[in-house]
Amino acid sequence: MDNTQLLLALSTALFAVGLAGVVIRRNLLVMLMCMELMLNGVVLSLVTLSQQAASTTGAVLVFLVFVVAAAEIAIAVPIVLLLARRKHTLDLDAFTDLKG
Amino acid sequence: MIEQVLLWFFAAAALAGGLMMLVLRHPMRVALALIATMLALAGIYALLGVHVIAVFQVLIYVGAVMVFMVYAIMLLDVRDPSFTHRYSGYLLPGLVGLAVLAGAFALGLGAPAPAAGPASTGAEFGVQRFSIDFLRDYWLYFELTSVLLVAAVVAAIAILKAKRRSNG
Repeated sequence: MDNTQLLLALSTALFAVGLAGVVIRRNLLVMLMCMELMLNGVVLSLVTLSQQAASTTGAVLVFLVFVVAAAEIAIAVPIVLLLARRKHTLDLDAFTDLKG
Repeated sequence: MIEQVLLWFFAAAALAGGLMMLVLRHPMRVALALIATMLALAGIYALLGVHVIAVFQVLIYVGAVMVFMVYAIMLLDVRDPSFTHRYSGYLLPGLVGLAVLAGAFALGLGAPAPAAGPASTGAEFGVQRFSIDFLRDYWLYFELTSVLLVAAVVAAIAILKAKRRSNG
């Protein structure tokens, strides 16, 4: 297995583990962190392939993804804080009234 | 040789950190496992010669995002079932889904790899080349991300305002 395939396998494994974490974990903040893990897996494949292509475009794209991820966290954490303030819990089962 | 060993080491560390996130109970430990995964990924990026990305990974992800997350965990001192019971009711379907997804990915990766293009020498990802290309060709996107960050700040303030209204 050469390096590119190793890193692509690692990125898919991280994505799968993160998705499983979002589904099976109970704590809201842990679910948020598992989403970050999924994003990191995808960014790893982007970096690997842009390094293969040997152009700066991929690096710029990864930088922009980082900035978007920072903005996403800056919104998501206050939302979680707001939910926790309202229900006094981070338990997933407390938020079933969000179901449609 | 040593690069190959380090690459395998960092890959194993990243995967181990990700798996630890599934089994650890307290959110702070999960955050530390995620930080370990991100640092291992930064090591992989440095080994690939993509030094700019490795530095940004440490600065933005570990330095900003995860510190913010750790602050939030410390701010929320709630003791509830989510701290003692790790898993939601979807544990079994989630694990089955993980197995199916991993199997599908493994099938996809088992296909013959596309012919490798010209491997990077690392010069494309030096700070100088990156900065020049970034601010000459992609300055519009740079400005757009600053607009996005301003929007995020405004939205965070709006959320805080809503929090205050719901309290008072």
